[in-house]
Amino acid sequence: MTDIAVPARRRRVQLLPYLLSLPALLVCIGILVPFVTAAYYSLLRFRLNMPAMKGFIWFGNYQAFLTDSEFWNTVRVSLLYTALTVGVELVLGLGIAMLLQKQTRLNNLVSILLLLPLMTAPALAALMWKLMTNPNFGVLSYLVQLMGVHDFKWASSPNSALFTVVLVDVWVYTPFIMILLLAGLRSLPKQPFEAAALDGVPRRFVFFRITLPMLTPYIITASLFRLLDSIQQFDIIYPMTQGGPGNTLLVFQVRAYLEFYQYTNVGRSTALLMILWAITYALSNLFIKQWLKLRERARGLA
Amino acid sequence: MSEKAKDFFAAFKAGRMSRRELMSGAGKLGVTAASANIMLNAAGTDAMAADFDWMKFKGNKLHLLLNKHPYADAMIADLDNFKKMTGMDVTYDIFPEDVYFDKVTAALSSKSSQYDAFMTGAYMTWTYGPAGWIEDLNAYIKDPKKTNPNYNWDDVLPGLRASTAWNGVPGGALGSADAKQWCIPWGFELNSITYNRKMYDKAKVEPPKNMPELLDTAAKLTKDLGGPYGIGVRGSRSWASIHPGFLSGYANYGQKDLTVEGGKLKAAMNTAESKAYHKMFVSMIQDSGPKNWSTYTWYQVGTDLGAGASATIFDADILGYFMNGGDNKEKGNLGFHGFAANPNAKAPTPNVWIWSLAMNSAGKQKDAAWYFMQWASSTEHDMFGARKMDFVNPVRSSVWKDEEFRGRIAKSYPGYVEQYDVSAPGSKIYFTAQPLFFDVTTQWAETLQKMVAKQVPVDEGLDQLAASIDKQLKDAGLG
Repeated sequence: MTDIAVPARRRRVQLLPYLLSLPALLVCIGILVPFVTAAYYSLLRFRLNMPAMKGFIWFGNYQAFLTDSEFWNTVRVSLLYTALTVGVELVLGLGIAMLLQKQTRLNNLVSILLLLPLMTAPALAALMWKLMTNPNFGVLSYLVQLMGVHDFKWASSPNSALFTVVLVDVWVYTPFIMILLLAGLRSLPKQPFEAAALDGVPRRFVFFRITLPMLTPYIITASLFRLLDSIQQFDIIYPMTQGGPGNTLLVFQVRAYLEFYQYTNVGRSTALLMILWAITYALSNLFIKQWLKLRERARGLA
Repeated sequence: MSEKAKDFFAAFKAGRMSRRELMSGAGKLGVTAASANIMLNAAGTDAMAADFDWMKFKGNKLHLLLNKHPYADAMIADLDNFKKMTGMDVTYDIFPEDVYFDKVTAALSSKSSQYDAFMTGAYMTWTYGPAGWIEDLNAYIKDPKKTNPNYNWDDVLPGLRASTAWNGVPGGALGSADAKQWCIPWGFELNSITYNRKMYDKAKVEPPKNMPELLDTAAKLTKDLGGPYGIGVRGSRSWASIHPGFLSGYANYGQKDLTVEGGKLKAAMNTAESKAYHKMFVSMIQDSGPKNWSTYTWYQVGTDLGAGASATIFDADILGYFMNGGDNKEKGNLGFHGFAANPNAKAPTPNVWIWSLAMNSAGKQKDAAWYFMQWASSTEHDMFGARKMDFVNPVRSSVWKDEEFRGRIAKSYPGYVEQYDVSAPGSKIYFTAQPLFFDVTTQWAETLQKMVAKQVPVDEGLDQLAASIDKQLKDAGLG
């Protein structure tokens, strides 16, 4: 009996690592199957309402984008939107986090209250802001009129549409960066700051030479998260402007959505998404490499 | 319903009793007005059932995909009669319009059999039909074994029957002899002027007779009313901004979206006449339109009129109809006016939007689904919706001749029927049926936005639009 039981138990032990990694493998397959399918579709001329035209064109969709000024406008708007939102949110998030760094009851309460916009679904926030900026009854339109700015058209003018959607993004997501950086600030070792205080080092020097370098891993992490989300923006821009006025806010996801759901052009839609994936991959690689470098430098110093 | 009451309503349906006798008799039997409507329609349903085996698919369960709309509400209110007549069960999913067509595209493109029939617009069938997602309904309409003898397909307004039939050839004429009937017209809207009578009286202006007059009237209203703006039209970056007032006026000047030469399509938006029309339209929005026009869908256009924020709309007649009722601030103050944009035109040429019913090709019970579709588009149901619910505009000519329906509308919506009578003869789809419909119209809306924002002059913008569309048509093998 014992002779038989031992190999069975050993077999179970040998299988255990595979069983434990099975969920990860299934998730991986769940991600890879649509990815590979999309990559394949992006090589096809494929409109659902013109089935006779379906055919393999290799990189034809990608080549067409290279000479399409609308595509380059999409790249430019997407990158500009990402840079503006992540930049403004970082500066504001860091500023607010520093104001709330000291652990007091009031600061803790304020940091919780400031998280509330993050609890709002971005699409709902967009609709809320659309109402607030309505020139007939919107409270924000009224306020800017009180300040002497008349006829400010918010999301409906090409001059202010980008500003308006960036404003909504900043309202929703600054708390995200704030809370990450606040956690980082509060976890920094106290000794360097105490030593600087004893030596009478000016505050600006402390900020640029001690706080900021020590906080950089947190800043990189927060920026990476926001960057990946921001370049894939859809849920604020589409409800507010549908990519307009004109082509002012025709970012990747809005364009890919229209290509599929409105025009049923699967080939072009997936090609756009593959390019978006490549940009996202390159940017995240850049950030992760920086983050690893910083970690190595920190280990070297230790 | 008691047997006595049932017989009573059946006698009316059979023509053995007048409406006055029916109503007084129903009162004596203790039947309330609301119950009387349902009983009357049930009697109509029984009359329908007399000549056709409606019970053939008894026990089947149909599942529908519906848009949240008064047409769907009217159908749901009458649905028990269908269930009783056929022994079928009917369930439905209902979605708001913002997400409705995404849901339809997702359901149909995945070849899901979840839905047997669904609501659609005619333009959408130019995608769904060639993609093989919906059935050609000629096979059902023309088969006496499948369609009840009282269905009377010819009673459906001819312009609507033609507008929902296409042979699938890019640029092919709608309603041609070889056309496939992709969907059944259910309810429709044509585009005309709805105006606020109180505001017009205050500003001492008359409803405009043509486009140049509309520009002047809208400008005067904006200037004199001191708050409300003169004219509401749609402006969002979508195909939906092109098809209502804009295209109706455009067609009235004899202009086309595309031309067809030797089977090849070519953009036609950059003719001299088209440029002149665009200049008028753009100038009208700049001078007298809503400040945030580029975000305006039908919803904002309608609610502004209903709330007294605008004095006029050039949009769907039924949008004006709904804004003249309900809880709207301007309820009862709105007037309706058929509108020929071109001073030289003899009559209006409204482009139409047709809510229709289509059949899912991947459905597993198509014959049973057709039973539902023919009932929902029957004279009886159309009449019920038109008389008792807000099923405007009905699609059957017999319903439009019905005095009870016309009387009800004339009483609560003065001028609406007259507006319809003037507009209807020229109403149809004025777009060229082709697979790139949404590409073309979305880009057209984008260009219009650029012109209104003065990002590009009208002439240059239309030349660029035509060149871009020609390239897209060529790339797709259509140009």
